[in-house]
Amino acid sequence: MRFSCEELKEMYGTMVLIREFELSTIEVFAQRMRAGDFPGALHSSEGQEAIAVGVMSRLRPDDYVFSTYRGHGHAIAKGIPLERVTAEVHGRATGASRGFGGSMHLFWKPLNFMGGNGIVGGGLPLALGTAYAAVKRGTDQVTAVFFGDGAASQGAFHESLNMAALKRWPVVYVCENNLYAATTHVSGNCPLEDIADRAAAYGIPGVTADGNDLLAVADAAGAAVARARAGQGPTLIEFKTYRHRAHCMVIPEHRPNQERTAWRERDPIQRLAAMLLSEGLADQAQLDEIRRRARERLEQALEFMRQSPLPQPADIEEVLYAP
Amino acid sequence: MLPETVAPRKLTPIKAMNEALAEEMRRDEDVVLFGEDIGAYGGVWALSKGLQKEFGPLRVFDTPLSEGAIVGTCTGAAMAGLRPVIEIMYVDFTTCAMDPLMNQAAKIRFMSGGAFCLPMTILAPCGAGTSEAAQHSQSLEAWFLSAPGFKVVMPSTVYDCKGLLKTAIRDNNPVLYLWHKALYDLEEEVPPGEWTIPLGQAAVRREGRDVTVVAYSLMAHRALEAAERLRGEISVEVIDPRTLRPFDLDTILASLGKTGRLLVVHESPTCCGAGAEIVRQVTDRGFDLLKQAPKVLGGRDLPIPFAKSLENAVVPQVVDIVAALRALISGGRVDG
Repeated sequence: MRFSCEELKEMYGTMVLIREFELSTIEVFAQRMRAGDFPGALHSSEGQEAIAVGVMSRLRPDDYVFSTYRGHGHAIAKGIPLERVTAEVHGRATGASRGFGGSMHLFWKPLNFMGGNGIVGGGLPLALGTAYAAVKRGTDQVTAVFFGDGAASQGAFHESLNMAALKRWPVVYVCENNLYAATTHVSGNCPLEDIADRAAAYGIPGVTADGNDLLAVADAAGAAVARARAGQGPTLIEFKTYRHRAHCMVIPEHRPNQERTAWRERDPIQRLAAMLLSEGLADQAQLDEIRRRARERLEQALEFMRQSPLPQPADIEEVLYAP
Repeated sequence: MLPETVAPRKLTPIKAMNEALAEEMRRDEDVVLFGEDIGAYGGVWALSKGLQKEFGPLRVFDTPLSEGAIVGTCTGAAMAGLRPVIEIMYVDFTTCAMDPLMNQAAKIRFMSGGAFCLPMTILAPCGAGTSEAAQHSQSLEAWFLSAPGFKVVMPSTVYDCKGLLKTAIRDNNPVLYLWHKALYDLEEEVPPGEWTIPLGQAAVRREGRDVTVVAYSLMAHRALEAAERLRGEISVEVIDPRTLRPFDLDTILASLGKTGRLLVVHESPTCCGAGAEIVRQVTDRGFDLLKQAPKVLGGRDLPIPFAKSLENAVVPQVVDIVAALRALISGGRVDG
């Protein structure tokens, strides 16, 4: 599957929007921290934008997505209104989860965005349920579940892959191997070179792909989604990537400078920009304009957030139980 | 199809719950049942006997031995609008699914600002008395009571087993439904047809003037037996709350308006148990009704041991309840 020039530029724009969103969120949080206010944990996905955008490009709006605590990019790429994402991350009543969830718990039911998760691997077993629901109802909806290299060491990962493989459920397992689980290198978590090799234990395809190459991501995701939609069962995809930032804002990390620099050079947005330029699909002025529009869009969302009220505790208990 | 019944008949808890499941699955295509060995085999407790034959393997779903995956599947399925019922073979095994239960099912509606509903029932046997030792005999209701987001149902009669299970399945929230293994062979006469019982409605099992005993599950039966033994000596009112969340405090306060004395009996450990919470609620709202300090007779703060002689020493017996009631009436000490 190849993309049109317009599609590629649109995806580039979404990646840039995610990047700008992550940078701005860090800035707002840092300001609040300097003012003595701890605004909560913040897990930046800077450097992993191609995976969010590439995977979502292969999904339909009614496909289910389970995200992680590093899920701003997933939410934006799935199409949750940017205003709602921004308001939620900054704790406003107009947020996607009305201020009850925050950065780690973005939900958006109209697009079957089934939430971030504060528990490493917490979404993996839940994804079985939407996959089962699709099978039970005879729809061809696919479920994509995102998780990291650390989550692949959780029991939930193994229980989930076993059950999905056994029942041939339509799940796409999207492992974003960004090399670090908090501060622990993946070599301290997994004895294998490739996490994708674990798929063999469940008799399903395991694929590795360059997670910083949008087209490679879309290809791998496209094949897995097609397989799932055709009723052929789950696929485990491991995307090799890197998060430029620490696990979260408050845990300083000391990684080799050489490693950081090497991965900066493989930054997914720069690579896509270079490809668009070298293939003659866009010129620099157009790319600059895309970035300008992304910043403008983000500024509108931030203004919406600033104008939004704080959530009020009056009805806090009414939310807990459904009538 | 189960035979249509017209006259009162005798049922066991298992048969009553099996009827409830069958009726609710006929009524609502979204009701699905998940668990280990529940399909052709019919479940290790025979709870799902005949159901897979009637509703098919997709709705009566045999799972691998993976409690975490089972509860996770049902949580996700509930988010997608289905109405799953999960049989966990023993409530003790919910420990293998604590993340999906406590961090996910209990909290997703809240974390999403109310966007999602989680209509799901976790059905499990609980309790001691069957010499199955420390990992097959627990009553874990207190854990779930301390997790806002769950409702907790603990029936003691056959009639309630059916009526409360039907209501639990229809509820739009995660419900932990615990039936007691020691009541497995209980046979009671019940009416024909269908009935439901609202959650949060206590039952006055026996009327009395001197003291109110609040006891649920197996302990409701033991409290009634203790009350009978004390007939002519102490007039005991026995209230079975039937559900611990929601909790019918009003019925208990009304009773205390008459008796002024409260004993709560349960078999789970006394420390941080439901009894402590019931006494807190009573003293919050009904302190002036009390003639003397309310008491809790709970299980001892120990795991359940294997040998019957040891097991009986850990869980309140009828004689313990009788002694506690006498001590309470005489103003003496109740050993919890």
